[in-house]
Amino acid sequence: MGTKRVKNSRRDFLKKTAIVGGGAIAASILNPFDAVLIASEDPGDKSKVWWAYVIDIDKCIGCGRCANACKNENDVPKEPFFFRTWVEQYTINNNHEVHVESPNGGIDGFDQSLDKSDVFKSFFVPKMCNHCHKSPCVQVCPVGATYDTPDGVVLVDDDYCIGCRYCVQACPYGCRYIHPEKKVADKCTLCYHRISKGKTTACIEVCPTGARMIGDLNDDKGPLVKFLKKHNCLVLKPHLNTGSKLFYNSLNAEVR
Amino acid sequence: MEEFNHLYEMLSQVQGYVYPNEVDLQWGLLIVQYPYLTGLVAGAFITASLERVFNVKALKVTYELSLLTALAFLLVATMPLISHLGHPERFYEIMITPHLTSAMAIFGFVYLWYLMVVLLLEIWFDYRRDMVLWAREAKGLKKWLYKILTLGVNDISPKTVMWDNKIGYFITVVGIPSAFLLHGYVGFIFGSVKANPWWSSVLMPVIFLFSAMVSGIALIMLVYMVVSYVRKKKPDMLALDTIAKFLFYVIILDFTLEGLDQIHRIYEAEESFEIISMLVSGKLYITLIVVQVFLGTIIPLVILGIFQFYKPKDSIRRVLYLIVSLLILVGIFFMRWNVVIGGQLFSKSFYGFTGYKTLIVGSEGLLMATVWVIVPFSILAFLLWLLPPWKKLSSKELTEAES
Ligand code: SF4
Ligand code: SF4
Repeated sequence: MGTKRVKNSRRDFLKKTAIVGGGAIAASILNPFDAVLIASEDPGDKSKVWWAYVIDIDKCIGCGRCANACKNENDVPKEPFFFRTWVEQYTINNNHEVHVESPNGGIDGFDQSLDKSDVFKSFFVPKMCNHCHKSPCVQVCPVGATYDTPDGVVLVDDDYCIGCRYCVQACPYGCRYIHPEKKVADKCTLCYHRISKGKTTACIEVCPTGARMIGDLNDDKGPLVKFLKKHNCLVLKPHLNTGSKLFYNSLNAEVR
Repeated sequence: MEEFNHLYEMLSQVQGYVYPNEVDLQWGLLIVQYPYLTGLVAGAFITASLERVFNVKALKVTYELSLLTALAFLLVATMPLISHLGHPERFYEIMITPHLTSAMAIFGFVYLWYLMVVLLLEIWFDYRRDMVLWAREAKGLKKWLYKILTLGVNDISPKTVMWDNKIGYFITVVGIPSAFLLHGYVGFIFGSVKANPWWSSVLMPVIFLFSAMVSGIALIMLVYMVVSYVRKKKPDMLALDTIAKFLFYVIILDFTLEGLDQIHRIYEAEESFEIISMLVSGKLYITLIVVQVFLGTIIPLVILGIFQFYKPKDSIRRVLYLIVSLLILVGIFFMRWNVVIGGQLFSKSFYGFTGYKTLIVGSEGLLMATVWVIVPFSILAFLLWLLPPWKKLSSKELTEAES
């Protein structure tokens, strides 16, 4: 299984490099919004699905239901050290100091510890795997247990992972943990077992405000691409060039 | 529940904000040990090569000792790495289905190349003639061991022995870049992680290499003195002084490179600068500033520097060499610590710190780590019993014995 994947990724390598190179040139003559999209453009088959995700920070109320639903759906240990998705509360005070919190990943909700008059700005940022298409975690896995599916989801093969934790180190977003029972790397699968059957993810299903959205980046008329057209979306840590496919609307510069 | 007590304790030590998955620090003491042990191997080998390739005659007495030390440590170097895996039983996957974009995947090959092609062969060619001779004299188990180890090649005519030497020389020449590769490569495992600003540096492989040389040379110095003491022989002061001289220059290079790396970081002052300066002046203060820089670098540098101009009498030098080599070995251990543990103490959000506490038991614990320190020394003791460098005949003695 792993060998096959390795071969595929080698075959695609030249093709990908050529297209990413071309993409960078094209990006320079387009507007900045398109540049974000093109930076994560996959050379794969345009007629097939290529999954991406949008989080609208303006809509998130920090109820933490998504983080909880994810734990239930995906057999994530309940202890507060293991999350496939979690919610962060950012508070910027009047002295422009940034304060970040995520008690139990936001599952139990949040209290504002700062007095209202001191708060300059406060908002919630749900986090999860960015399903990067030039993802450092896939790059560093010594056995190819972490891999890219053709429809753009980054997954871990439980039966293959040796538990070296190199991918945990390589993910710039802290999205991975070692499963305490299985002793292998674990992370968001974009509910692959659900989306491949036409259902939506557990986190989206429970979100009361519709702050989360999944969609096909290859479908120009689909809701996700439409959303990206209308809003100024950004990815996290763009300077690391991970090709993140998790787009945030109204992302503040303080968020890391 | 109990298995998570440790993590709850770490959670209570978090300062500022870390991603929830970051409370659990992934690479602990054993991964500190892994580059440390590999570094000792590379350093010891390079010390051996000094004699053979660069013809530093004074180091003849430590040549075999360096090779055997390198072998003893190389045999265990992968053990900490394997024992820390979640699934150690799947380790062979790295060898049979390596994922070639991964810096870690190549390790098995670099390692085997170094072990099989370089070290074992070099030692074999160096000892073959002696093993043939020893097989004639020895009795019992030892006799059989020698017989097996010669692989049935019993010809010790001067011509064959000359070939042994030639091939041995050739292997050493190949061995030097291999030693560089072995350790430069270990540095690359860390240096190539772009997510971590404390690791991500092009200088990392070079720094690892030079610090490896420093630690390896110091180890040989120490082992040579200890072995001489056990054999109730006075160590050869010329050899010690020569080792010390090389040590002095390599420390200067190493220190310069590390300094350059830090100055570059400070001057560029990127996004991660604040958190890293808090790290260095806070959580890493003792291990980095006090132990690594002051005790492990500056003091040895001053002592060795003074010796370049002024040499006190032998007994004082011996004591100071002992102290210097121990200080350096501790210093470089903490250099690895500061890289490996230090790089995981701060959050990749740059908003806070997590903690680290060495566990005593368990596959990542102190006891396990101690095992991987004792084992190489035991292997070395066995190798010295089997292949004592001091019982090798020099060519001159051999011709006399033959005639
Ligand atoms: S967010 Fe992290 S785990 Fe997810 S694909 Fe990117 S690097 Fe890998
Ligand atoms: S922990 Fe598993 S998935 Fe991650 S790099 Fe190691 S082998 Fe690959």
